[in-house]
Amino acid sequence: MKQIAVLSGKGGTGKTTITAAFTVLAEKAVVADCDVDAPDLHMLLHPEILEAKEFRGSKIAVIDQTKCIKCGVCRERCRFDAITKDFTVDPFSCEGCGVCTIVCPVGAVSLTERISGYAYISKIKYGFMVHALLNPGEANSGKLVTMVRQDAKLLAEKERLNFIIIDGPPGIGCPVIASITGVDVALVVTEPTMSGIHDLERALQLLRHFNVKPFVCVNMYDVNRDNAYRIYRFCEENGVEVVGNIPFNPVVTEAMVNGKAIIEYSPECDVAKEIAAIWDRLEAELLF
Amino acid sequence: MIVAVASGKGGTGKTSVAANLAISIGNAQLVDCDVEEPNAHLLLNPEITREEPVYRLVPFVKEELCDYCGKCADFCQYNAILVIPERFLVFPELCHGCGGCVLTCPKKAIEEEKYRIGVIKEGFTRDLRIAFGELEVGEPMAGPLIREVKKHLDKSRNVILDAPPGTSCPVVETVKGSDFCLLVTEPTPFGLHDLKITVKVLEDMKIPHGVVVNRAGIGDKRVYEYCNEKGIPILLEIPYLRKIAELYSRGVPFSLEMPEWTERFRELFEDIERLVES
Repeated sequence: MKQIAVLSGKGGTGKTTITAAFTVLAEKAVVADCDVDAPDLHMLLHPEILEAKEFRGSKIAVIDQTKCIKCGVCRERCRFDAITKDFTVDPFSCEGCGVCTIVCPVGAVSLTERISGYAYISKIKYGFMVHALLNPGEANSGKLVTMVRQDAKLLAEKERLNFIIIDGPPGIGCPVIASITGVDVALVVTEPTMSGIHDLERALQLLRHFNVKPFVCVNMYDVNRDNAYRIYRFCEENGVEVVGNIPFNPVVTEAMVNGKAIIEYSPECDVAKEIAAIWDRLEAELLF
Repeated sequence: MIVAVASGKGGTGKTSVAANLAISIGNAQLVDCDVEEPNAHLLLNPEITREEPVYRLVPFVKEELCDYCGKCADFCQYNAILVIPERFLVFPELCHGCGGCVLTCPKKAIEEEKYRIGVIKEGFTRDLRIAFGELEVGEPMAGPLIREVKKHLDKSRNVILDAPPGTSCPVVETVKGSDFCLLVTEPTPFGLHDLKITVKVLEDMKIPHGVVVNRAGIGDKRVYEYCNEKGIPILLEIPYLRKIAELYSRGVPFSLEMPEWTERFRELFEDIERLVES
């Protein structure tokens, strides 16, 4: 079983469009949406949920107001400024560390588990989809990503499927790190803008740091050919293979509005053909 | 006034809106809180006048005092400490720096040391003051760096905060304490879906908000219908224009080349001021 992660650094470069297309092209695979705080893949692949699981990723402090003597020790010791002036816990700041529970002289504070989101195992037309939804504003998205990836792995083993395709979150922080550990290859989707180039460089550094083999594709390369050229040169200098150039085409948005992967919606368009060529290259890399 | 610019979905134009807004209103400070992938400086090219490394605290043990009782590891909610016979191991990437292990150690064997997580850079582009954080590659936690970046707000100016994408802790950390949050979306199903999640966060945090529709003309009308139903004001529409996309790709804030937009961004800011006051 092989795992491929689709990443970008910068958001909105086309990760989900490409992941959905890969899933269709792979015909039978497990696809994992690891962008757990803003998941969009389900709008293209229409999963039928088979199983839903609670995600208890963190704890939160609770102050028993009947015991609290308002001495202020917890407020002083909390490094996350999570205890308000009237001695309640700010759920957006509390990281569930438990320091307040041990410094409270009267034992008025305890930690309780909070449900931070849900993970789902679903059936799709092209195999299976594992996805999740973090509750708005929650922390610990990395842990939820790890849960999604474990489910994906178990499912792929059980169903004897060859590929796990991972739709990664933007950025380079904890949910991204959780999305790439142990994958076989990563495709970094970039765009020919100054931000795209900058974020590509950081995403490639991250992949090097975690020893994941990178490939790059330039989406909407024709929006700025000079910058696209800069990306090719940068990749060449760094020994990274550029596996594709996807042109700008409004049909991509049309497919999204119609809830379809581009390969389903317009299989003959230039975008679909280029993504198919990229998939062929990556599939060969994974299989041989 | 502090105005955060957020979106949910990535790549909807947060940084572009934040930069154009900051340039247009004058005497402002732009603070880029997307520390994983900071981009605002690419549009504004500030002259960097100050750089400051940022650390968080992680524990280390004085082995000669440690009797490997394991109380610290039992306490740690993040599994950042492992104690096995005759060994004490710290995983700094898991540590949230709460300091609880120091407090629980009966032998006072644990102390804390600095662990570098990134850098804060400050500078100017003409009269616009700029600050941004850059997370060390490989460092998982953006939150502590965002908290540090936000200690550099210049309250004598209007502050524009550029938030990271998503809807989880780094976004909460950024928008916390803002007077208003501007949500930049695109009129597509993805844009709408992620906008809805972000609106939920802002409602919970009780931060007033309004929407900027970027790339207006692509996609469908559902973002407008949603805002209408929810009574969320749409404060600005930026059409999908090849020229704007090209300027962005070259790292140029479009209001500089299309001066009619300077006035529109000023009006946007006046609208925000009115909404905050009411």
